[in-house]
Amino acid sequence: MSEWLQDVKDLTLKGQIKVPYTWSVGEVGSRFLVALRDEKKIIGNRCNSCNTVYVPPRKNCGKCFKDIDEWAELGSEGIVTAYTIVRYEYPLQPAKAPFAYAIIKLDGADVGFVHIIKEDMDKLKIGVRVRARFKEDRKGNILDIDSFTIIKS
Amino acid sequence: MDKIAIVGASQTKYVRRKKSEIFYDMVYEVTTKAMEDAGYTLEDIDSVITISNDFWDGRTISCMAVQEAAGAHDKNVSTIEGDGAFGAFYGAMRVLSGFGTTLVVAHSKGSEGDLKVITNAMFDPIYHRPLGLDAISSSALQASVYMERYGITEQQCALVSVKNHKNAKNNPYAQLPMDITVDDVMRSKKIADPIKLLDCSPISDGAAAIIIANEERAKKAKTKPVWIKGIAHCSDAYFLGDRDLADPVSLKDASKKAYTMAEIKDPVSEIDVVELYDAFSYMEPLWLEGMGICDAGQGGQLIEKGITVMGGKLPVNPSGGVLSAHPVLVAGLVRIIEATLQLRGEGGAHQIKGAKTVLAHGINGPCGQSHCVWILGSE
Repeated sequence: MSEWLQDVKDLTLKGQIKVPYTWSVGEVGSRFLVALRDEKKIIGNRCNSCNTVYVPPRKNCGKCFKDIDEWAELGSEGIVTAYTIVRYEYPLQPAKAPFAYAIIKLDGADVGFVHIIKEDMDKLKIGVRVRARFKEDRKGNILDIDSFTIIKS
Repeated sequence: MDKIAIVGASQTKYVRRKKSEIFYDMVYEVTTKAMEDAGYTLEDIDSVITISNDFWDGRTISCMAVQEAAGAHDKNVSTIEGDGAFGAFYGAMRVLSGFGTTLVVAHSKGSEGDLKVITNAMFDPIYHRPLGLDAISSSALQASVYMERYGITEQQCALVSVKNHKNAKNNPYAQLPMDITVDDVMRSKKIADPIKLLDCSPISDGAAAIIIANEERAKKAKTKPVWIKGIAHCSDAYFLGDRDLADPVSLKDASKKAYTMAEIKDPVSEIDVVELYDAFSYMEPLWLEGMGICDAGQGGQLIEKGITVMGGKLPVNPSGGVLSAHPVLVAGLVRIIEATLQLRGEGGAHQIKGAKTVLAHGINGPCGQSHCVWILGSE
């Protein structure tokens, strides 16, 4: 290395890439989000080949590689199958830490549904029963479900 | 499969922040050193694979910016956006399909972007990204279901951190050589239950490169060839809720395929060293279960019984693993390089004496959605 390089002060440049996107939600996704927004209902769909009930619904089954055409209305309650209480914060989180992420097996579904739990962190464990709490002002997105709340037994 | 070998390997030292070096510098450094290692010049390199990620680099088609640094300006160059073990797989395929040699180079600077924002972007923009999920919180979900199902304890996971940071003391390239205790891990800051700070791999900067050659061209290299005996990768569902997070089926499938290819019948007795992708401490026992090193749920006992420590029956991550340096994308390639050093007998202070068969492993996607398994041999 040349001698003069040893006297170089390392500079950095700050930058940010901010790109607006407009993602298509798709046919089944649109029906799912409209049901959240207009009816406060969680809907999934069933693969007639393997009988798996998916939520959110899918247009086709990745395992069977077949189209899905049967809708399934699910309950707004379910069981927590995995959870973590997050202790850190960053701007993309929809709630103030500590809050929890959970995978919830909704009544009538065969796959887990990922969402958040904001209250009763001390009562949270795998196997607890939870219920969806919908927002008053719903816009047709996944956060129309504000969070899930633990059902007191 | 035709005989193909790794004939050159190099890596940078991994640090929290490489302020003096841009991506180009790091790629140039490891490309040059890998060729020196093999005793090759640029004329000996038939094709090049670069490994980079646009979000981490903060530039689109990030591969294009490092092609000259990779010695590729007049060569057939292609790219992988994903972990280095998968990029090396592509490199191996290129050699098998007719290129005499392929250089595979990966670079990453965790220090320049934002881990949480970038890893949030790997999730589905409609259903999961608005929840704020990232690599840490999604992995914590996996840890919770794995530990609950099998009674894996936080102390057992802590032992993995203790072991790997201790191993890193013998690896001059590692970022975090440390003498820590189980108590230190247990008392470290809670991040996302059950994951604590010392269960996490660090943010790292670094680069690595290997050269893969066919049998004929391997003869021209000055290094002892490290033969690729078996390679496979398999993938699981994208949505976390569709998977059983405590059952790494894609790793089971990839391992079985790689073992069959390498004619390994009993991995525990036939493999001498494992270098696996432990982004979090819980991953080491879970991946060992997926590799068939032990039965489901027995991963915690492996570490307690001292089987995976230096001097144990099957040392795991003698380099210190990903817990001791986590340059994203590069880390899976580093596992292959560490396996190569072990098989050449060049592991220095972390050499496992007489290693003849080594397993190297990389992951892609949230919670190890896909796994790439390499069986490398000295003979």
